[in-house]
Formats: sequence, C-alpha cells, structure tokens
Amino acid sequence: MVAPAIVPALVGGALIGLASGGLWLARGQIAGISGIVRIALRGPDRGWRWAFLAGLVLAGGVARLWAGPDLARGLGETSLPRLAIAGLLVGLGTGWANGCTSGHGICGLARLSPRSLVAVPVFMAAAAITVWILKAGQ
Amino acid sequence: MKRLVPLLAGMVFGLGLAISGMTSPARVKAFLDVTGAWDPTLAFVMGGALTVAAPLFYWARRRGTTLEGHALPSGPAGPVDRRLIGGAALFGIGWGVAGLCPGPGLANLAIQPLHALAFVVPLIIGLLLSRRD
Repeated sequence: MVAPAIVPALVGGALIGLASGGLWLARGQIAGISGIVRIALRGPDRGWRWAFLAGLVLAGGVARLWAGPDLARGLGETSLPRLAIAGLLVGLGTGWANGCTSGHGICGLARLSPRSLVAVPVFMAAAAITVWILKAGQ
Repeated sequence: MKRLVPLLAGMVFGLGLAISGMTSPARVKAFLDVTGAWDPTLAFVMGGALTVAAPLFYWARRRGTTLEGHALPSGPAGPVDRRLIGGAALFGIGWGVAGLCPGPGLANLAIQPLHALAFVVPLIIGLLLSRRD
C-alpha cells in the first residue's frame, strides 16, 4: 500500500531534482542554497545567484496564493528568538561545511561527492538527536 | 539565458519545496522525530529529487560540457575534515531547532515573512561570519 501523502513528497522532490540537475546540465551551476546566498552577497558572478534566489522567493509567493499559509505549518508557533538562534547555527554550519540540504543532500549525493556522503548522515543525525533532546526537555 | 535559466530553476526549486511539504517546520520536525511519532514522508522528497537529479548529473558528466557548450567546472573538491563534519553537525542542530533549512527559510519569506526573516537574517550573518574571504 502506498500512503497518498508520499505523492506530493515525490512530485515536489522530483521538481527539486529537476531544478538542481537542470541547472548543472544547462549551465554548470550548483543549486546549493547556502552557497548561493553567501556568494550572492560577497563573491564573484553574483547575477545568476540573485536571479535564482528571486525565483525561489517568488515561487513561495505563488505557492502561498494557491495553497495558503498552511504551507508553513509550525513556523508561526516557533518563537522569534528560537528561529534566530537556529538561523545563526544553520548559517555558521552550512558555511563551514560548504553546503546544506540542497548542495550536499541533492547535488553532492547526485554526483557521489565523498564530502557530501559524509556531511549528509552527519547533519541528519545531528538534527534527529536535536529534535529528540528538545522533546525530552519539554 | 544568463539569468533566465537560474530564475526558472529557482522557481521550480521553490515550487518543489512548497509542494513536497519542506516549507512546514511541523512536517520537517515530524520527519526528524525518529524516536517518536516518526513521519517518514519527507524521505521521499530526497528520493524523488535524487531519482531525477542523478541521471542529469550523470548526463552532464558524460557530455563533459554544459548544454550551452561550456566546460563543466570541476567540483568543489577538498578533504573530509573537521570543518566539514563540525559544520554539518552545527547545521543539523539548527535544522532540528527550527525545522528549517536554508531553502525553505527563503521560500517562507513570501509565506510567513516575519518568522522567516527572524531565521534568514541570522542565517546570512552566520554565513558571512563562517569565512574571512
């Protein structure tokens, strides 16, 4: 039996894979979000990076018009200081690791990068342990 | 094409995030909650993405050039070192605390702007602090 909930996950995932693989095949550019943000602010060749980021935010707006704010379920209940601490950790961590869920998790794994094959299990495990600890502390 | 292809790629990527459920911290935390009421659905996001991306990356490698005819850049090589492992661990902790990684954080700027900004501004500060160059 296939749970119906996996269909949007697969379709959405396929779109993410199409965007990442397509950008690499067409232009040799890596759709790694953390790297794109960092270099868009301070680095060479910023133009395409700003275009990609504009498309990403625009898509969020289109999706919201279509599906409503439930797309971000759970975000409004998270306190702003908690989001800020998380953002800082994610920024420092993805800067040091040179990649996040997209750069390592999709592009890196898709081309079997040894660094990504290490980074992905590490951040997955760290995230799962963090959720477990935070739940235990409630 | 210089900006159009990346713009389209960003849009398709963002729609994929929204459709898949990755923009919802509640969904992401349920996926990460492996010891509790684990919801494995979001594993299929990565599965779907790799199923499509891997053949495209393989095709590019076989061609040796981009579709636009330019040489493919060599990958960001580099060692598996403490910086990579420590950075990935720190990122994972942040991902678990908020239920957001960078892509969904940015897409949420257009969905729930105040809360997304509270995440994205420190994210940018962290990225800029992470290196001196």
